[in-house]
Parts: sequence; C-alpha cells; structure tokens
Amino acid sequence: MDWTALELSLRLAGWTVAILLPVSILFGRFLAFRQFRGKALVEALVMLPLVLPPTVLGFYLLVTFGRNSPIGQLWQDVFGSQLVFSFTGLVIASVIFNLPFAIQPAQRGFQAIPAELREAASCCGMSPLRALWQVELPLAWPGVVTAMVLTFAHTLGEFGIVLMVGGSIPGETRTIAISIYDRVQAFDTDSAAIMSAVLVAISVTTIAVTFALSARVGRRLS
Amino acid sequence: MALEVSAQASAPIPLDVAFRVAPGELLALVGHSGSGKTTLLRMIAGLWTPTQARVAVNGKTWLDTRARVNLAPHRRRVGLVFQNYALFPHMSAAQNVMAAMDKPDPAEAGRILDLVNLKDLGARHPAQLSGGQQQRVAVARALARRPQALLLDEPFSAVDRATREKLYAEIIALRAHLNMPVVLVTHDVNEAQLLADRMLVIESGRVLSQGTVAEVMADATALRAMGIRELAALLPATVAEHLPDGLTRLDTPSGPLFLPRVASPPGTRVRVRIMAHEVIVARTRPEGLSAQNILAGTVAQIVPGQGPAVMVHITVGAHEIIARITRRAAGQLALRPGDPVHAIVKSMSVARDHVTPAGATIGD
Repeated sequence: MDWTALELSLRLAGWTVAILLPVSILFGRFLAFRQFRGKALVEALVMLPLVLPPTVLGFYLLVTFGRNSPIGQLWQDVFGSQLVFSFTGLVIASVIFNLPFAIQPAQRGFQAIPAELREAASCCGMSPLRALWQVELPLAWPGVVTAMVLTFAHTLGEFGIVLMVGGSIPGETRTIAISIYDRVQAFDTDSAAIMSAVLVAISVTTIAVTFALSARVGRRLS
Repeated sequence: MALEVSAQASAPIPLDVAFRVAPGELLALVGHSGSGKTTLLRMIAGLWTPTQARVAVNGKTWLDTRARVNLAPHRRRVGLVFQNYALFPHMSAAQNVMAAMDKPDPAEAGRILDLVNLKDLGARHPAQLSGGQQQRVAVARALARRPQALLLDEPFSAVDRATREKLYAEIIALRAHLNMPVVLVTHDVNEAQLLADRMLVIESGRVLSQGTVAEVMADATALRAMGIRELAALLPATVAEHLPDGLTRLDTPSGPLFLPRVASPPGTRVRVRIMAHEVIVARTRPEGLSAQNILAGTVAQIVPGQGPAVMVHITVGAHEIIARITRRAAGQLALRPGDPVHAIVKSMSVARDHVTPAGATIGD
C-alpha cells in the first residue's frame, strides 16, 4: 500500500476542489442566468475536456507548460522551478480537466431556481450578493455539492493526464492511480488490489453521501 | 407619497399608460390576460424596463429613461406580492418575512405575521402552509420591506373561492394599517370593485378608462372591455341578523335586504355588489313575487346600451343601483328620470363573494 500516493491524491483532489468551488459557483451561476452571444460556444468549450481523450489534453498541457513554451519559461523565471512534472503543474492540469464536472452540475443547480424566486429576492431588497448567499446557494447547493463530489472523485481516479503532465515522481506526482499501474507493472497484484479497494471505498462513500444529502434537500423543499 | 407612473413601449407588448396613485389609495389595474397589467407592475418593481418610462414614488425617481435613471429592484422600496407568492421554500414563514427586512428582527416579523393572522405559524415552511396562508406570508413579506408602494399581482387567483372571500376581508381590514399607494392587478372585476378606490381598465397596453370605481362602472368603453355582464353597483349595508333559514338580513337605508348567509357578524358594515343584469324594475310594488328584496327608489338616469339593453340607474337612499333591462321593457314602463320605481333583487342572485366588509377604504 502506497500511503504517500494516497496522501498525494487526496491533496491533489483537495486543491482541485478548493480552486474549483468558487469557479463552479460563479461561472455556473453566470452560465445559468446570463444570455449572451457565443454562450453555446463557451458551454461547448467547458464541456470539451469531457470528450477529449485525457492523453490528448495531457499532451497539449505538457506542450503548453513545458520548458520551451512561453508559459513554462515565465513560470521558470518567476518561481525558479518547472511547471511540468511538479505538483503545482498537476493541480493546474487537474483544474482544467475538471472544469466540466465542476461547472455543469452547478449550472443545472442554479438553472433549477425559478426566476420568480430570484425576482422576489431582489424585491425583498436583497443585493445580488445577499441574494446569492440567502436564496440562490441554499437552493442550488445540491448541484454545487454534486459538482465538487464529482470533481473530487474524478481527480482521485485520473490517470492519463497525470501521467502526461506529471509523470510518476514519488511524493510529487505519483498519485494513487499511477501507483496502482506501477504495482501492476511490477507484478505486485496484492498492493494494486488493496489500493484499488481503497479507491472504490472512497468513491462509494462520496457518492452515497451526495445522494443522501440531495434526498434530504428534496424532502425539505417538496 | 404618491406613486406616479407613465410608460410607453412597443415591445414585448405595446404600452401607453399613465396613472397616479395617492398614498393609502388602492388602484386596481383591470384587464384580460395579455393586456399588459402585470408587465406594468413588473416595471414599477424594476423587473422590466420599457423603451420610455417614468416611475416616481414620493417625489423620488425610480425610473426615468430620459434622465437615464433606473434603480435596481433591490434599491426600490417596493413590496411585491407575486401571483404564485414566490416564497423562499427553504425558509420558514418568519424567515421569509425577515428576508425582506433591512435588519432581520424576529419580534417585528412576529408583529407583521400577527397583522395577517398568522401569528402561530411563523415556524412553518411554505410547503406546510395552505394556499391562503402562503398568500398571507407573501403579503407579510411585502410589508416587511416597509414599501413606499405595495404591488399585488393577482394575489387571489391561486386560492379557492371560500379562501378568497376571507382574504378579501383581511385585505380590507389590513388597509387601515397601510399608508402607501397600493396597486392591485386583477382580471376579476368583482375583486376590483370590492377592493379598489379607483380602477384603471387596460386593454392591449392602453388605458381604456380610469377613475373612481363608480366612474369606471358608468363608462361604456370600460364596460365593453370588461364585459357588460360585469356591470354592477355597490350598495352599502349593515348586517342585522343571521336567520335560521340560512338567510342573513341586512339593513340598508331603503329597507331590508335578504341575502344568503353572509360571513360577517351582525353589526358589520358591508358592501354588496348587485349585478345589473340581475335587477328587475317595477313601476308599482309587486305582490305575489318570490324575490325577497324590493327596494324603493327613483330613476336617476337611463343610459342606452349598444344592443337591446338600457342601463337604468336607480337612486336608492343615498346610493345607486343599476338595472340592465331591455330597451323594450324600458319603453313599456315609459321610464323617465325622476320616476318612482322599485328595484327587485333575488336573494340568490347575490354570490357570497360579492359581499365584503366595508373596511376603511378611501371615499367610504
């Protein structure tokens, strides 16, 4: 059992969720309520990582973040370390890759709020920020929570993109999914089995918790 | 603290309207669905902006398209009761009320809920309340905003008839506590006539008629738009006695009026809406007639209609009853202004929700 890899995976998932939570709320809300030219294009772009093979996305990120790219060079100059094959690079890749999982469910959550309730909030004198906090989030949060659970679970299991951008550096970029692959390559099936079981347990738990929470909200609002 | 509104627009619906509502006054915007009345209400609240419009309350401009003033809804002190109430489903009744306060105050919320007869239900969520109770919470929430204009969008359309009667009485009673202009949007002429001080009849975004309820009721154009069968007069009366046979005796200056059981207790001053097409006119006091109510009066004027009917305005005491009878009948009776006549009203022709407490409306 590779505890370092598990810890690394949880840390990566935690950072991804932490960064994507505000993005999911603000951008999901924006897409839910605003109509603008090119909205369909933006929505399609957000969905792109869902249909793109992870290795393809990983390849482009590797090229974009690499030492020979402007971004990679700028990063190198400012922080003195390279972006690819580092935990930071992994977090950035993970954030990009999880955009559809983080935004789509939140957008659906906000869209489910009747327009009349938002109008009522403003007629009650609530500023947009207060309305978000007192009316929209309490009603849309099942969507936001679903988004975060999906993001979390998805990050734990991501393989292709991590391998492309991060490689398999123990303690830096070797996540549990990579570790499982390594163990299988080394014919250490027992370790792979234990780690796989741990991943299954975490995934089942998170999904169960979301469903339980959604059901509770459903009961309260019906 | 008057509310002044004017609006011109061509889309999404053509609109050309101007009106003013005095403090404490209730104006009913009456029109069919699609006439633009709800759109107007949304404009006052700031939820919709037409091409050219002005909304000012108490001298303060909320919207002036020419001066490029357009306050966001939350910056307008407006109380809006939505047609389907739009209560926040995740909040209790008391929390809904507090949501509209600048500084949430549970004691104040309790006081306002008390005002709408919901004192003990503050902890309930909207899903646990009946339609009528939800409407009361919506009214309480609108009042909690301390609005400078109170807007009611078809507030009685989502409840059953029995509840509606109760809510009419409550709104009438509540008006004693309201000193801001009130705008009621409705398609129900009965509702408008019973609750409003003034009426504005709107059709396809244009004002057909506006004035006091009596003025609008005497306006042929307005009547055509509302439906001539809505023509009715309001007769003030006092509940005298609930009779064992299920009728209630009411006293009017021109004699007793027997109606199906009225909800209010004896002593209550009420207003009875008497439909013009239900009134029979007789030269002499008829005998051997099943109708229970025969009111003596004099013909004030006879207004010809477009079809085969004429409207006979009959002065009864200090008030007026309108009878819509055929031109032929008026001819046979040779009715002329000043003639003594009797107005006959069947008890059963007065619907229960056509009787409401008189309350403290302006002009009463």
